[in-house]
Amino acid sequence: MNYFDEKKETMPREELKRLQSERLIETVKKVYENVPTYRAKMDKINLKPEDIKSIDDIVKLPFTEKYDLRNNYPFGMFAVPQSKIVRLHASSGTTGKLTVVGYTKKDIEVWSECCARSLAMTGATNESTVHIAYGYGLFTGGLGMHYGSETLGATAVPVSSGNTARQLMLMKDFGADTLCCTPSYAIYLAEELEKGGENIADYKLKRGVFGAEPWSESMRNQIEHKLKIKAYNIYGLSEISGPGVACECEAQDGMHIFDDYFYPEIVDTDSLQPVSYGMEGELVFTTLAKEGIPLIRYRTRDITTLSLKPCACGRTSIKMGRVFGRSDDMLIIRGVNVFPSQIEAAMLTCEGIEPHYQIIVSRVDNLDTLELQVELSEKVFSDEVKKIEELRMKIQSAIQSGIGVSCKIKLVAPGTMPRSEGKAKRIVDNRNLRD
Amino acid sequence: MFVNQIAVFLENSKGRLKECASVISNAGVDVVSMSIADTKDFGILRAITRDNAKAMKALKEAGFIVSSNDLIGALVEDRPGGLTEVLSTLDTAGIGIEYMYSFANIDAQNALILLKVDNEQLAIKVLKESGAKLVENKII
Repeated sequence: MNYFDEKKETMPREELKRLQSERLIETVKKVYENVPTYRAKMDKINLKPEDIKSIDDIVKLPFTEKYDLRNNYPFGMFAVPQSKIVRLHASSGTTGKLTVVGYTKKDIEVWSECCARSLAMTGATNESTVHIAYGYGLFTGGLGMHYGSETLGATAVPVSSGNTARQLMLMKDFGADTLCCTPSYAIYLAEELEKGGENIADYKLKRGVFGAEPWSESMRNQIEHKLKIKAYNIYGLSEISGPGVACECEAQDGMHIFDDYFYPEIVDTDSLQPVSYGMEGELVFTTLAKEGIPLIRYRTRDITTLSLKPCACGRTSIKMGRVFGRSDDMLIIRGVNVFPSQIEAAMLTCEGIEPHYQIIVSRVDNLDTLELQVELSEKVFSDEVKKIEELRMKIQSAIQSGIGVSCKIKLVAPGTMPRSEGKAKRIVDNRNLRD
Repeated sequence: MFVNQIAVFLENSKGRLKECASVISNAGVDVVSMSIADTKDFGILRAITRDNAKAMKALKEAGFIVSSNDLIGALVEDRPGGLTEVLSTLDTAGIGIEYMYSFANIDAQNALILLKVDNEQLAIKVLKESGAKLVENKII
C-alpha cells in the first residue's frame, strides 16, 4: 500500500479517539478565548470549555453556519492575530460578499499534508508528475493540490484552468501520470483529445483525482474508459481547509476522511440530531488542529453517508460516500459554488427586470449548463430585436461577472414563471448524481 | 407621415402566434399588415390593424407584452427601382434602417413601406425633400 504517513493513516481507532479528544478540547478552549462569536454561542447555552472532556462531548457544542462567516466578514472568525495569518482564500457567499478563510503557516502545512495523503492514496509517489488543472487563486483547488503535490515530493505542473489545447500538449510533453481537475473538465479534456485526433496511448496518465463538484459512478466509468485511467473522488471545502478533507483510496469504495484533523458528524437536516452511520444526512465538520479559522460543527450542507467499515487499504479512518445533494439551495456549476440569491441580485441590477425567474441546471455531455429564464416586462419590451438582445446580453454579463459562471438567458412571456404562495420554485436541477 | 403599429413579444413556442392572432380576431379587429422578427428564442410580431388600441387592450388582457409606436409610412411606386430610390435617399443622408416591412396594393400604382429608422426627424426631412409621398394612419 502506498501511504504518505502510514503511522497516522493506520492509527488504531482507540488511539485516534484519544487524539481527537485532546485536539477538540484544545480547539474549543481556543475559540472560546479568541472568537467572540463562539464565546457568545457557548455562553448562550451555558457551556464552558471545561464541559468538553472528550470527543463524545462534541454533540453539546453549537453548530456553525455559513452565515456566521458572512456576519463576521471578512476576518471576524479568525482565532489568531493577523500577524499569524500567511494566506487568505475565499469562496462564494450567498450575497455579494465572499466567504473568507485564513491560514497560519501550520494550517498550510496540515492542508498540504492532507493533499499529499490524498495523492498518495491514489497511488501517486515522488516519482509522479501531477498536472493541476484546477484554478489557482482565491479558489482552494489549485494551490491546495499544488502544495500537496510538492509535499509528496512529486513534480507539480501548475497549469491552472483554461486553454485546453495547451493543457493537452503539456500533459503529453511533460508526461503527467496524475491529473487533478473537476470531473467535468476531465471529460472535456478527453473529448478534446479525441477531436484533435490524438491517441490517449501517447499519454502517461494513470490516475485522476477529481473533485470540487458532485459526480456520479456513471461519470466515473466514462472518465476511466475515455482516459484509460483510474478516477478518484476527492472532497473538501475551503471553510474546513480546501481539497483533501477526504479522498478515495485505490479501493474506490468511499472517501477516507482525515479525521485526525477534521471530525465528521452526520445529522438529520431538520432536527440536526446525529443519525447513525450508513444513514443519509448532512455532513458536519469540526476542525481539530486548525489555527487560523477553527470551526466547530460547521454545517457543510452536503448530503452524504458515513461509514466505519474497515477498508482494504488498511487505513482506519471514517469514510464518506458520494455527495448526493445539498440541504440548502447552493448549486455547484462546473466546480463553482453558486447561490440562486447571487443570480437574483445580479439579474436585478438590470433596470426593468422583475424577480420572476427560474434557474435550470442541466448536464449536457457531462458539462453543467445554467439557464436563467426570466420574464420580460412591458417596461423593457421593444419592437426592435436589437434592443431585446441588448437587454439579454446585459443580464448575461451581469450574472457572469456576479457569479463567475456563464449563464444562458431566456426571456419569456410574463406570467409563465411559476408563482406560489410561499417560496417560489426557483431551481430546476435536471442533473442526476445517483447513478 | 406616421403609421401606428403594435409590437407583441412572442415566446418561441408552438402555437404562440396562433394564440396571438386569435386574441386579435376575437376582439373583432382586422389585421392589415404584419411582419415577424424571429430569433432562436423569441419573436416580435409587428402589426398594423384597423384598431390598434382595441387589439392592444385585448392582447394585454390575454397576458401578452405589447407596445405601440409610430413608423414612417412612405409610398413607393410599384415598378422596378421604386424602392431603391427611397432607400438611396435615406442612405445618402446616413440614416440607418432598423427594420421595414411593406403593405402591398394600397392602390394600383403604389406600395406602402413602413420604416423604423435610427433618425426619424432627418428621415422625414430628406424623404419630403426628395418628393416621396408620406402617408398617415387615416389613409390606411
